[in-house]
This record gives sequence, C-alpha cells and structure tokens, in this order.
Amino acid sequence: MRLLHVESRDVPDGGTRVSVEEVSKIYGRGPREVAALKDISLNIESGEFVCLVGASGSGKSTLLNLLAGLEQPTAGRVSTGGGRVALMFQEPALMPWLTALGNVLLPMRIRGKLSEAAAHDEARRLLTMVGLRDFARRRPHELSGGMRQRVALARALAQDAEVLLMDEPFGALDAITRDLLHDELEQIWRDRRMTVVFVTHNAREAVRLGDRVVVLTSRPGRVAAEIRVSLPRPRRTDSGEMTALAYQIGERLRTEVRLRGD
Amino acid sequence: MATEATPMSAGVTGARAGELVRRAWTKTWPPLGAAALLIGGWQLVVWSGWRPDYLLPGPMAVFARLGQDLRDPDLYSALLTTGTRAAVGFSLALVLGLVLGLAVSRSATVRAAVGSLITGLQSMPSIAWFPLAILLFGLTEAAITFVVVLGAAPAIANGLITGIDHIPPLLLRYGRVAGARNATLYFRIVLPAALPSFIGGLKQGWAFAWRSLMAGELLVIIAQRPSLGARLQFAREFSDSEGLLAVMIVILLIGILVDRLFGIAEGRIRHRWGLEQQS
Repeated sequence: MRLLHVESRDVPDGGTRVSVEEVSKIYGRGPREVAALKDISLNIESGEFVCLVGASGSGKSTLLNLLAGLEQPTAGRVSTGGGRVALMFQEPALMPWLTALGNVLLPMRIRGKLSEAAAHDEARRLLTMVGLRDFARRRPHELSGGMRQRVALARALAQDAEVLLMDEPFGALDAITRDLLHDELEQIWRDRRMTVVFVTHNAREAVRLGDRVVVLTSRPGRVAAEIRVSLPRPRRTDSGEMTALAYQIGERLRTEVRLRGD
Repeated sequence: MATEATPMSAGVTGARAGELVRRAWTKTWPPLGAAALLIGGWQLVVWSGWRPDYLLPGPMAVFARLGQDLRDPDLYSALLTTGTRAAVGFSLALVLGLVLGLAVSRSATVRAAVGSLITGLQSMPSIAWFPLAILLFGLTEAAITFVVVLGAAPAIANGLITGIDHIPPLLLRYGRVAGARNATLYFRIVLPAALPSFIGGLKQGWAFAWRSLMAGELLVIIAQRPSLGARLQFAREFSDSEGLLAVMIVILLIGILVDRLFGIAEGRIRHRWGLEQQS
C-alpha cells in the first residue's frame, strides 16, 4: 500500500520545480534597512539536489523561509509549483512531550488525511528508514543529537513533500554522524525522487551532496557562482576531485567574505 | 558491608531495597523533624505558662481532640461543604483563567488592555473583595464563589500566558511549516508546550483559592451549613481553643495534601517534557 503517493505530481521529472524570479527581501525601513536578498533568480529542476552555500549574512536561510512560505518576498516571485514543502532546521525542533514516533506522526495528524492506523504504519516505516526502529518510544531528551536530527528527517519526510528544504540540518553534528546522515539522505532522495534545497556553509558538504552548488554573496545575497557537480554517486569525501571542487568553492566563499569584510 | 557475602543477585536486590528505604528516609525525615520541632516548641510555650491552658492548650490535648473530631460526622459534613465550594470555585476559575489566558496570549490588544490588570489582581489580597461581594450577593454561596474565582483565576491565566509566551519560537515555526493553523496549532503544539507552566499556575491558583475560601467562610456564615470556616468561627465564639486548633490542623493538612498532588503532577510533566534530569 502506497497511500502517500497516490496524488499525481504536477511537475514531471526534469521540469522546473522551484523557481525564484528577481526576488528581493528587505528587512526594516529607512536607515535601518537591510537587504537580505537582492534580485536573486534561481531555477531548480524537479528531482534535483541543490546546495546553497554562503557565508553568514548571505540570506540563504531567508531564501528557504520564502520557499517555505514562512515569509513573503519584498519584490519578485517564488514558486514551488504548488507542491508541498517540508522544512528542516539546524535544530531538530522536536516536540519534547512526544515520543520519536509521536513526532513523526505529528505532521500526518495535522494534515489529517490518513487514518490513525495508516499513519502509524507510515511513521514506523520512516523511523526504520532512518535507523531508529527500536527508538520509537523514546522522547527527544532520551536521544543523542544525531538521533534527534534523524527523527526530524523522518518527520520532514512524513509530510510527503515534493520539495525538501534543509537549513544547515547537520551543522551541529559531529563529523562521523554527519557522514552517515549524508549517505542516508542521499539514499532517501534517490528513492523518493524529491527535490532538495540544502543550505550549508560547508563547501565539502555541498560537493558531497549537490547536483549543483550555488554560491551566494553576502549582504545582499545574490548568486555569485553556480557549479555543477557531475561526480558519480555515492561520492567519497576524500576523493581528489571532490577535494579540489570543495577547495574551489571554499576559495570563492573566502573571497566573498573578504570583499564584505566580515 | 553485610550484603557483600550474599550471592550476586540477592546482593543486588538487597542493595536495591536498601537504597529505596534510604531514599524514602532522606525524603521523609526533614519534614517529620520540622513537625516535631514545631510541636515541641508549641509544648514549651504552653509549659512556660504564657497563656492559661484554656486559651492555649498543649499539642497532646489538641491531637486528642482532633482524634475525637475525626469520629464526628459533623466534621465530614463541614468538609463536604468546604470541599464542594473549593471544587466549584476552582473549576470556574480554571475556565475563566483559560479563556483570559488564551485571549491575552492571542491578541496584543487584549494583552495591552488587561495584561497588567491580571498581574495586579494576582497581588491583590482577595479578602479585600469580600465587602463588595457581600453587598452584591448578600451572605450567600455566590459571594464566596465570586471571591474564590477572583482569587484563583489571575494566577491560572498568568500560568498559561507565561507558558505560551515561552514556547520556543522554532516549535511554532515548525507548526506553520507543517500546516497547523488555529485550533490544530493550539491543540497539537501550543497547549501541550505550555502545559508545564500552566500546571504551575494551577498550583498557585489553588493556593489562592484555598486562602480566599477560608477567608470567605469566616466572613460569610450561612445558617444550617457547617463548613470548616464556620467551625473555626464557632470555636472562637465558644472559646473552644482545642476545637479551633484541631480545625486549623485539618485546614493545614488539606492545603499540604492538595499542594503535594499538584506538585506530583507538575514533577511528572516536567520529567516527561525533559525539563529536568532524572535524580
């Protein structure tokens, strides 16, 4: 039974899923005005994995908020093709009073489209997928940081979104846990054919995961460079080509930071 | 150690049982000790002859009287009246506190209008309401309920408001991303997240309700309706110091008991919410 996948997707693979047209986002007014994003344009194809990298102040989180519909652009248009959008934060943001299972059930209960039994089946399947089958009854404070972020990933997947937005989701984890989660995320992305927009300030992580890496400038955020990563998957972080690409992107970021002087 | 010689499993069980007894003892001896000190001090004052025995009886006499009263059905009808008043008043305060708390936390206008008024009401001694309540309702149940509700509702509302104000913003952002709005957002995220603080407000509201109720029962005595407050008042009128102190002990014990019940609920919830470490 694939209850969650009966709705037909309105964008075929390869079509444009996410479009950002001439978008600006300005906070504050008058002398305190800060432009987080300035005339930024970006198209992301359905099923594509795009990494946004930028130093702090590049407006990458703002861009995700716009895509998630949490904020409205000051100018321009964003579209996710009418598809459902899930957003994962750097913090797991789990509900402390719910078990791991309860947290994964939450978005399905909020939507109320599935019966309680079907939602339970789906939640257990997702927890198994992220390797937490035996931790369903634990509460967040009884789980390690990596496990919590896995629960958050399962919860994001439970929204059965076409577009998964990730805001530095593994930034607070240790390197080993992060490597493991990269592998899992890549696997899930391939299986589900989702569109992923992944924000990070880590060039290596971007090259590890992205089909395309978009480098943003700082204050205001614009597209400084786009790098297509055509290395075969699964990628090894220690391969020569990856290191070279990551270095190249890191250099580009450092130039940005030096230019803006912060 | 004695347990060292016993086989492994028995030693472990024995040690665990010993640990439990020790933990129970660490928890019980301080209040017991304090009570013993208090009663001892009371006995010393009586022995000093500061006031004659018929005005200030000793603890033995009072506890004997308490034992006698506990076999008297009149005490239980008094407890029933007082308990019913407490339950009705507290329930109404709960409803009013919930409505007020939700209104203030949802609307900036309501908050600006009555936010500080609620905090002000909370610090106003509720006994100050009684003259007005008696003018408005006469010497009736309604007068008592009115003051109990006014005493407890602000604390309950404030508990809820504080709870909602301190929800981590990220949880609310998640709620919006997951598409939770209005009632769904409140039942799935806002109210559960605010629960620990709300229970704290309930506990405080109970303390206010109980105080207001005792004040009310002293001032508003309704004929043919025995209550704890009425028993206090009659004991004073008949200069029955033993009876008076016995009722006071009952009032104190009820206060402690209910406070402990709220304390246990609060502790469980805080533990479940991961707000404190296991001991």
